[in-house]
Amino acid sequence: MSGIHLHYDVPGDDFTRAGEASGSVKKALRQLGIPAEVIRKVAIAMYEGEINMVIHAYGGTVDVEVTGEDITMVLKDTGPGIEDIDRAMTAGYSTAPDNVRSLGFGAGMGLPNMKKYTDEMTVESEVGVGTTVTMKVYITPKA
Amino acid sequence: MTVAEMANALSVTVRCGGDAMSREIGGCYCGDLLSMVMGRAKADDIWLTVMGNMNSVAVATLADAACILLCEGVEMDAEGEAKALQQDVPVLQTELPVYETAAKIAALLK
Ligand SMILES: Nc1ncnc2c1ncn2[C@@H]1O[C@H](COP(=O)(O)OP(=O)(O)OP(=O)(O)O)[C@@H](O)[C@H]1O
Ligand SMILES: [Mg+2]
Repeated sequence: MSGIHLHYDVPGDDFTRAGEASGSVKKALRQLGIPAEVIRKVAIAMYEGEINMVIHAYGGTVDVEVTGEDITMVLKDTGPGIEDIDRAMTAGYSTAPDNVRSLGFGAGMGLPNMKKYTDEMTVESEVGVGTTVTMKVYITPKA
Repeated sequence: MTVAEMANALSVTVRCGGDAMSREIGGCYCGDLLSMVMGRAKADDIWLTVMGNMNSVAVATLADAACILLCEGVEMDAEGEAKALQQDVPVLQTELPVYETAAKIAALLK
């Protein structure tokens, strides 16, 4: 299988619509015959990232690259950035506002889930500039 | 046990449900914090929650839950229902609290 590239713009103003990009990636991966457990990991990790871009930033872009070996997701926003990445990665840490907490967000589990469901993850962020999260999921487990 | 058989055994309302009503239920998860659900629920779980909106439908789809069962008399809102139909996520509803419903499910899945 040669590399396939998918690109999405995630609008920043409507988090009820967040999940459309991850839903569409899920469908594409299913058509490619990727195993269901792999698709589930990609879908959850990407949705968490997408939601974060909408709730904590002003939307952004998602680029997904599928090769025979792995799936790479790059989520890029030009939001406020994360001051302390280690603290943001801590389970339970959240700055989510009340209006989204009442919808079920704000457990402070999004970044920990992204880490849990991916094989590689890096978070690059600069305050006032933005955040880029890169995640990779292996299609065949590496020995 | 399929989603349809479960709905019947529990005598709950089927708010919407298409082909996925014939999906096999593998287990059960209860929770309302969406990231907690995505971290802990397993594929094919019946998910008991009081979150009846677009976002819970998105979570059920992406986390591959067998269906959503809204407890405590909560109803799926109109946008959520439209999305559930489009994504083929069955949505069930009951007046009963989460614990009582989960206890019945535990007995049925034994
Ligand atoms: N793209 C981002 N831009 C700016 N800040 C972010 C971004 N992503 C995460 N953060 C910060 O990191 C914190 C932790 O994120 P995480 O996804 O783990 O939890 P949450 O989004 O607050 O809640 P949950 O994901 O459980 O609904 C956020 O509350 C926010 O302060
Ligand atoms: Mg989050």
